[in-house]
Amino acid sequence: MGRVFIEGNEAVARGAIRAGCDFFASYPITPASSILHYMLEWVPAQGGVAIQAEDEIASMGFCIGAAMAGRKVMTSTSGPGLSLYSENIGLAIIGETPMVIVDVQRQGPATGSATKGAEGDIQFTRWSTSGGLPIIALSPATVAESYELTYRAFNLAERYRTPVFVLTSKDIGVTREVADLEAIDVPPLVERARVPSGLPRYLPHAFDRPADVPPVADFGGEYVARYTTSTHDQAAYLTGNPQVIHEMLGHYATKIEAAAHEIALVRRDLQTGADTLVISYGVTSRSAAVAVREARAAGKKVSALVLQTLWPVPERAIREAMVGVRRIVVPELNLGQYVLEIERLAPRGAEVVSVCRMDTTLLSPARIRAEGGLS
Amino acid sequence: MSERTTYLTEEVGPLPFCPGCGHTRLVEALDAALVKLQVDPTKTVIVTDIGCIGLCDRHFTTSAFHGLHGRAITYACGLKLARPELTVITLMGDGGCGIGGTHLLNVARRNIGITLIVGNNFNYGMTGGQHSVTTPLAGLTSTTPWGNVEAPMDLCATASAAGAAWVYRATMFDKDLPDAIAQAIRQPGFAMLDVWELCTAYYMPRNELSKKELLAMLGGMGFGTGLLTDRSRPEYTARYRAAYAAGRRERRERPPIEPAFTSAVAAQTGVIVAGSAGQKIRSTATVFAEGGIFAGLNATQKDDYPITVQTGHSVSEIILSPDPIEYTGIPSPACFVAISEEGVQRMRERLAALPPACTVYAEESLELPETRATVRRLAFEKAARQVGRLAVATVALGAVLEDAGLYPIEAFAAAIRRAQGPAIAETNLRAVASGVELARRG
Repeated sequence: MGRVFIEGNEAVARGAIRAGCDFFASYPITPASSILHYMLEWVPAQGGVAIQAEDEIASMGFCIGAAMAGRKVMTSTSGPGLSLYSENIGLAIIGETPMVIVDVQRQGPATGSATKGAEGDIQFTRWSTSGGLPIIALSPATVAESYELTYRAFNLAERYRTPVFVLTSKDIGVTREVADLEAIDVPPLVERARVPSGLPRYLPHAFDRPADVPPVADFGGEYVARYTTSTHDQAAYLTGNPQVIHEMLGHYATKIEAAAHEIALVRRDLQTGADTLVISYGVTSRSAAVAVREARAAGKKVSALVLQTLWPVPERAIREAMVGVRRIVVPELNLGQYVLEIERLAPRGAEVVSVCRMDTTLLSPARIRAEGGLS
Repeated sequence: MSERTTYLTEEVGPLPFCPGCGHTRLVEALDAALVKLQVDPTKTVIVTDIGCIGLCDRHFTTSAFHGLHGRAITYACGLKLARPELTVITLMGDGGCGIGGTHLLNVARRNIGITLIVGNNFNYGMTGGQHSVTTPLAGLTSTTPWGNVEAPMDLCATASAAGAAWVYRATMFDKDLPDAIAQAIRQPGFAMLDVWELCTAYYMPRNELSKKELLAMLGGMGFGTGLLTDRSRPEYTARYRAAYAAGRRERRERPPIEPAFTSAVAAQTGVIVAGSAGQKIRSTATVFAEGGIFAGLNATQKDDYPITVQTGHSVSEIILSPDPIEYTGIPSPACFVAISEEGVQRMRERLAALPPACTVYAEESLELPETRATVRRLAFEKAARQVGRLAVATVALGAVLEDAGLYPIEAFAAAIRRAQGPAIAETNLRAVASGVELARRG
């Protein structure tokens, strides 16, 4: 389509279509609503199904049902809606359901400043449901990345049979900028592994090693399929056996944690001899880029690391970037959330500086420089 | 294929329900209905809710889906929407009908072709006999020790009022329950069976309810029995596919913006346009930014407007830059375009803080706060009255381009022609010319 001037939400929808999304359900909420508008028009036009659900709980329920019937599904919301997704997120995890959940973050809590920007759902996404099992979350910073990371989110969902979050925010979702989406290099499409034909029976959660991702049989296909919200064995039968439960939960966690390096997407702008490292993500990474450039122009030696994967924490990339630095600056459009991960990874003796604010405006490069000791 | 004589398996043990529980009879009646219909187990999904009834799906040899409390209908709908050829049978308790009431209303309203069977025993069995939305008045439960004071919901009347195509009330004692269930499954649209049952663990002993009292209660409450609603309505998935097949259009993509002009803009340049709803502020700002892209620039645009979109202010903030734009805030705009009083009011603080290097292009009739910026007052409104009321923002931005020289007027014209139909583009091209003229005259 060449160079166009579009908002991040449109890029999300186009990325989903490119990834073969053929089922979409969502409930209106600003600033995510336009994703619903695009998908309601485009998904049926490709022969898929898109529906405005009666609430966020139904959005998730429709998506989970459709995903297990073989569809590539997506839903979109903002913070208040994500709250209502919570219980079904747990279901998607325990049922090993591939799905993409887009959270166009806005200032919270509760209704908050409808509709102003913030990126306050970072830890909420990680711990969004009971049980504390890991999830995957990607965080675009631009319109182009909204497209690319939504596409990649589908691949990850299919690869690991798990819900994958795309965490954008108001200032990405409904800000227009120039992008050439066709020029973006995306990896080949991934489809979930499906069980071969002709087996005596289908085990929905079969694995030999905990990190294995079980191949799936769609509801309505060749096999009798099972799915359950309860702790279960590999056949998806309810179980109270502590050893089986332990093994199943270990499987859900390990299949993601063991793949953390494979899932990790970061952008590095490292400088030899830098004593300061700025680690950022989302829309704030754009302010950080300006702050770093200005600091360098003023003679400072500064490295920058931008995280496109937030969960699982790209620990290896973060530790590598931290080598030799004495200060780590973490700017965030919230009250300081991801800095908790950085603090636990920081080398002994390195100072971690949280530069955070959530007043509905963007964190400015000037503030990052001033409070991050970069001026 | 040989005839199936049952769809139940003992692989996971016998049915787990208490002795005399209505759920056992319900499950057996469902099995008999499936035998009658000889359904394909791989094309049939039994979706269960949380509650005692949700313990039964694993005893079936069909596909099975056990979901969250109150949400069984949503998974059933997701399965049906994804694969309309499936037979989807949902089992819920009266508890699920309470917590998931909105899904009951909406599946009935939409008429999605699933079957809903409610095992209605007037209380929550799984959590200790609490009252539900169907507990009769004066009914004793663990949460109504003084007798229930809440009027019970008539599930059938509710589903019917919401548009359900087929609604039936039965009891666990009905001899023809398998036939009724088979009839429900055969319905193309949404079919609901409300099956009144005894909960032998809680509701029955607390309320001295046995078969006789249950049947008497049914009569006494004035709720109908048997087939209560049977109407022909288009089933959702069929209607959905037909509607989209009929409405399917070729997706018309606007052509990409190929830079064809050059711009003198050397650094990140902010332009703020402050007007009112109805003045086409946002769409004009988009076209203005696209003009910059035609001139080889990068651009961003963000908008601010009230939720009630046809009232109040409408403000767009545009950045033009030869380099990629990172931070999208505009601490020091180069141009501030004041088109209406509401826009000025909204941006009062920003206006007052403008630096001297900024130029304010203001509709001549507006009162502005004190500012250090250069102010040019121009007759945007008067000019717009000549070309078209909706073109006032285009007039103003034409004037800005002429005065500030951000990029060539021709690039703005190219963006207008790309974005708008011929008639509207014609008006706006005249508006641009009018703005240019205004700026020249001063």
